[in-house]
Amino acid sequence: MDYFAQQAINAIQLGSIYALIALGYSMVYGVLVMINFAHGDVFMVSSFFCFLLLLVLPVPFVVALLLVMLATALLGVCIERLAYRPLRNAPRVSAIITALGCGLVIQNTTLSISPYSQRMPELFTPVTWNFAGLTISSLQILIVGTSVGLMLALDFFIRKTRYGMAMRAIAQDRITVPLMGVPVNQVIAVTFAIGAALGGAAGVLYASAYPVISATMGVLVGWKAFVAAVIGGIGNVRGAVLGAYVLGAVEVFTVTVLPSTYRDLIVYTLLLVILIFKPYGLLGRPAVQKV
Amino acid sequence: MTRWLQHPPPRGVLLALLAAGLAACFAIEQFGLVDDYVRFVLITLGINIILCVSLNLVNGWMGEFSVGHAGFMALGAYLSACVSVKWLSWGDPLWMFPLAVIGGGLMAGAVGFLLGLLSFKTRGDYLAIITLAFLMIVKSGIENIPYVGGPRGFLGIGNHTTLLWTAVWTVLTLWTIRNLVYSRFGRGIVAVREDEIAANAMGVDTRKAKLTAFVVSSFFGGVAGALFAHQLQFINPSVFDIVKSTEILVMVYLGGVGSLAGSILGATAFTFLSQALQPLGTWRMVILPLILVLLMIFRPRGIMGMREFSWFVPRREFPKKEDKK
Repeated sequence: MDYFAQQAINAIQLGSIYALIALGYSMVYGVLVMINFAHGDVFMVSSFFCFLLLLVLPVPFVVALLLVMLATALLGVCIERLAYRPLRNAPRVSAIITALGCGLVIQNTTLSISPYSQRMPELFTPVTWNFAGLTISSLQILIVGTSVGLMLALDFFIRKTRYGMAMRAIAQDRITVPLMGVPVNQVIAVTFAIGAALGGAAGVLYASAYPVISATMGVLVGWKAFVAAVIGGIGNVRGAVLGAYVLGAVEVFTVTVLPSTYRDLIVYTLLLVILIFKPYGLLGRPAVQKV
Repeated sequence: MTRWLQHPPPRGVLLALLAAGLAACFAIEQFGLVDDYVRFVLITLGINIILCVSLNLVNGWMGEFSVGHAGFMALGAYLSACVSVKWLSWGDPLWMFPLAVIGGGLMAGAVGFLLGLLSFKTRGDYLAIITLAFLMIVKSGIENIPYVGGPRGFLGIGNHTTLLWTAVWTVLTLWTIRNLVYSRFGRGIVAVREDEIAANAMGVDTRKAKLTAFVVSSFFGGVAGALFAHQLQFINPSVFDIVKSTEILVMVYLGGVGSLAGSILGATAFTFLSQALQPLGTWRMVILPLILVLLMIFRPRGIMGMREFSWFVPRREFPKKEDKK
């Protein structure tokens, strides 16, 4: 029982990090109907940003988090401006291919600069507490707390602010909304900035929880988050969070039963099964195709 | 000057050129006319052409988006390696190798059939995700099968991929796909790209068209994988990852979607470019996706997009001389 509860804590920690990344996938899909395959690599780069920042000057956790989120948001906006905006009206396939290409460019650039994985300096000295047979570190609380805080802030932003309203409007109707005087380009840029910033936060949290970072993390971790977004119903922000916790639980509990090499197999099989039986995810609504 | 380019040559000329080409491949192989490096590049070129044309059937002519082609390659590569190393290793490569290649192709084709079934329910982005999931499942599945070496890879595969075999399979692929897309049935595949619902309403059996395209495409993907395995003599699950799929996508979109000549052009350009960029190491894999991104922005249909070099079009597509006024 204790073991089970301990694993549940680990699952929540992993799920929180996945949720932050999955939100970026889901927001962009909701607004642009485009799979931003480069997002996983943006997350990966953000942990390298954090690494570089800590090499230059050892700042406290909060400062590092904010600076990395800012830098990653800038990167997200640049990618949108340079690669995706010219393709806004191109066929959907072109946009997916471009996203895939951008992701590979980021990944391989990082790989060429830093061919080996890097050991992250400690950002935060964790304190561990024992109670009722469970071990909880302050790092875990920090990770879950930061993620949940950011998620609540995002939910507030989308539901209560003017920009959030504009995002929801563009997601509903991309043709009429610009006619109503909504600055679509600006709103889309903000969407990318927020999505990337959340990925950046995830990068910092991931690097402090699992302090070895490498260029392949975008594929290994980022794409898991993508799977989470799809399981939850891509385009649905709350679905992304749900999917992330489901996936975190599946991953952690798979490893308790099967050898860890089966983890990817189980995760992607789950994705395939969900897509077969519930093609639009747990919370997604099917798109009605009109002729 | 351009007249003979706009119309296909007499059938005999094409056949003669083809025979000459195959004879040249045989001669090169038999008398060692080129050095090992050139031979290696030529075989890679053939394999790339097979990969590019077969993926083009799904991504170009049918207009879907699959990123799982490396998965079919992996299936073909591993099954053919099992045949040639474990099951029929006593056989003479003369008959055993073609059997292994066909076996690899059939294996990939069977899985392609299943993936085709899934494509009935979803298309577009979701189909892309399904093919991605398929690729990941194949890769991590193979890593968990100790019989084929798991993550360490499959060692000791014989060097059976000769230039002649590669050329034969390349011609066979081009011939099959040309005849498929220019057939009455193949127009149904193109119709699925233009508008699936309208095609259905016009009486095109879109399910059959999709299944056929997926099966044929994955069969030749598997064949290319089998040739690839017997060229490198060592395969490893991490070779068949998303990067491999992206390489094939670069070839398809560089050469041009929905075009045989484009596929050949794309595969050729990619093969030579990739050899030329070899000294750059991992930076090569920065430049190639960058080319893909730039292509999508500035020339989304590729060099030959939707156009065809007349020599690859069956003669019946051209009006007879007396029909013309």
